[in-house]
Amino acid sequence: MPLDWAYVAVFALVGAGMAALPLGLVWLLAPRSHYPQKRVAYESGIIPFGEAWSQFHVRYYLFGLAFLLFDIEVIYIYPWAVVLRELGAFAFVEMLIFLGVLGVGLAYAWKKGALEWV
Amino acid sequence: MTAVVVEALLKSAVLLFVLLTATAYEVLLERKLLGRFQVRYGPNRVGPWGLLQPLADGIKLLTKEDFAPAGADRVVYVAAPVLLMTVALFVYAVIPFGPEVELFGRRVTLYLADVNTALLLVLGASSLGVYGLILGGWSSNSKYSLLGGLRSSAQVISYELSLALAVLAVVLEAGSLSLVRIVQAQEQGWFVLRQPVAFLVFFLSALAETNRAPFDLPEAEQELVAGYQTEYGGFKFVMFYIAEYLAMITQGALAATLFLGGWHGPLLPPVVWFVLKVLLFVVVLIWIRATVPRVRYDQLMGLGWKVLIPVALLNLLVSAVLLL
Amino acid sequence: MNAEALAFYALAAMVVVGGGLVVQSRNLVHAAVSLVPTLLGVAGLYVLLHAEFVTAIQLLIYVGAITVLILFVILLTEGATGLRVPQRNEQVPLALVVSGALVLLLWAVLLRVPWGPPAGTLPPYNPGAVGRSLLMPYVLAFEVTSLVILACLVGAIVIARREE
Repeated sequence: MPLDWAYVAVFALVGAGMAALPLGLVWLLAPRSHYPQKRVAYESGIIPFGEAWSQFHVRYYLFGLAFLLFDIEVIYIYPWAVVLRELGAFAFVEMLIFLGVLGVGLAYAWKKGALEWV
Repeated sequence: MTAVVVEALLKSAVLLFVLLTATAYEVLLERKLLGRFQVRYGPNRVGPWGLLQPLADGIKLLTKEDFAPAGADRVVYVAAPVLLMTVALFVYAVIPFGPEVELFGRRVTLYLADVNTALLLVLGASSLGVYGLILGGWSSNSKYSLLGGLRSSAQVISYELSLALAVLAVVLEAGSLSLVRIVQAQEQGWFVLRQPVAFLVFFLSALAETNRAPFDLPEAEQELVAGYQTEYGGFKFVMFYIAEYLAMITQGALAATLFLGGWHGPLLPPVVWFVLKVLLFVVVLIWIRATVPRVRYDQLMGLGWKVLIPVALLNLLVSAVLLL
Repeated sequence: MNAEALAFYALAAMVVVGGGLVVQSRNLVHAAVSLVPTLLGVAGLYVLLHAEFVTAIQLLIYVGAITVLILFVILLTEGATGLRVPQRNEQVPLALVVSGALVLLLWAVLLRVPWGPPAGTLPPYNPGAVGRSLLMPYVLAFEVTSLVILACLVGAIVIARREE
């Protein structure tokens, strides 16, 4: 099995090289001519005003956090799914409790409108 | 050890060549099909039936000027597309194209690596792709880019959850996280027959994960220009493009591996079956793009969190009961 | 030096260099992004320890979710993106002395610990073994985890509502 990981590592390195290689080629092949107007960011044809950054709504953070928590939950279910056949009904009841508690969480978030994107 | 490294390098090179060629022709396929759906021809000038079009595009884009917008964060601006493309390629280290075959008198596996936790590796790689979107949007120093990057990352992470939950039903059936074992477990019957609900959830999530129509909000051109890619040009733009189209093939390969029996099928050689299944998936994605209009952002998030996640959870419990 | 040791040093270098970048970056986004190689290197180290399931967790949770959340927070916080945070003040010499002493202390302890032989054999299938131990001997901790996650979720919603 660790040998298989060696293949994964080699492929990751070669893939990264493959992704970086064209940038080198472009550097060799592409023409260059710089003038300030070219580098102005697009803004419907006018000169951009203000900063690119603006205040974002807190719900991005809320969804990010909800994602993190449910992601942890999902990662706990994976080993359960692998061994459920082997351990049988006992394991099923355990997962029912686990998911029940998290179901309460989802219901709470739903009720409070945290899943609402307005 | 040296032999292993040489073999790994050779296999990686072949795999990369196949993947990049497939991506290039996938783009051509989409242009051709979209053309036909709209009663036009699509590209047909370069080579017979336009078959050399990807090559021409590639050469053209390699000779395009490479520059960054003013005020951009140079390092991150360059790193974002490289990262996204690397991650998109990385997944294929663990995707099984076929079983062991006899080649030049040696036994060769038609997959790079059979890892115990391959499935989780694939899911993890797609969450790594989120960095490409956020960082590409942030580093461009443009309002549209930043908003597009944030939007697409919120979309991708939401649908990653429903994807992971749908896939859990398959793990339940196969009792393993190794993609090779999951395919082997489908010799008697494809999982799509046993898990139709999970497949539906998977399909919708995959559609949203790839940022494809009807979920292509990150690049809703009427409001966000081109989303996180707005300020990218030349080959860096191409890298975003390659990553996006590679992701379509990846979801097709995942659908084939997890639900459609992988390389299993009658008469034809296993690899051909696998490729056919992936191709079918990609054609369906293109077809949907030509047919369905875009949804609103609140509809998108609502579908993910309030429909797909509860449905996938219920489906999981029901399958567990049926299994016991 | 065999291949495993080589892999270990490469990964360890990745972790240390990434960590160094996190600490010394003056731009918050750069610091957050530098966390990625650090966490990926740690994931690689888990592979060398044959802890494949922990590798997957590291990849999905730490690299895939927590660091994304950190980036979200930085992008949401007003003005933080263009901010240049000062990295030095007059306490640098003192900090150097303290951290140097800590390194020496750790080094001395690590050299003196009698590292015993590995306990037992590795299970043949890693995720299965994790599942069995989570559901049999550690079931209480497993169920309590769900309560902890629930508390986090409720807390986050309460705080975010107040912000609105």
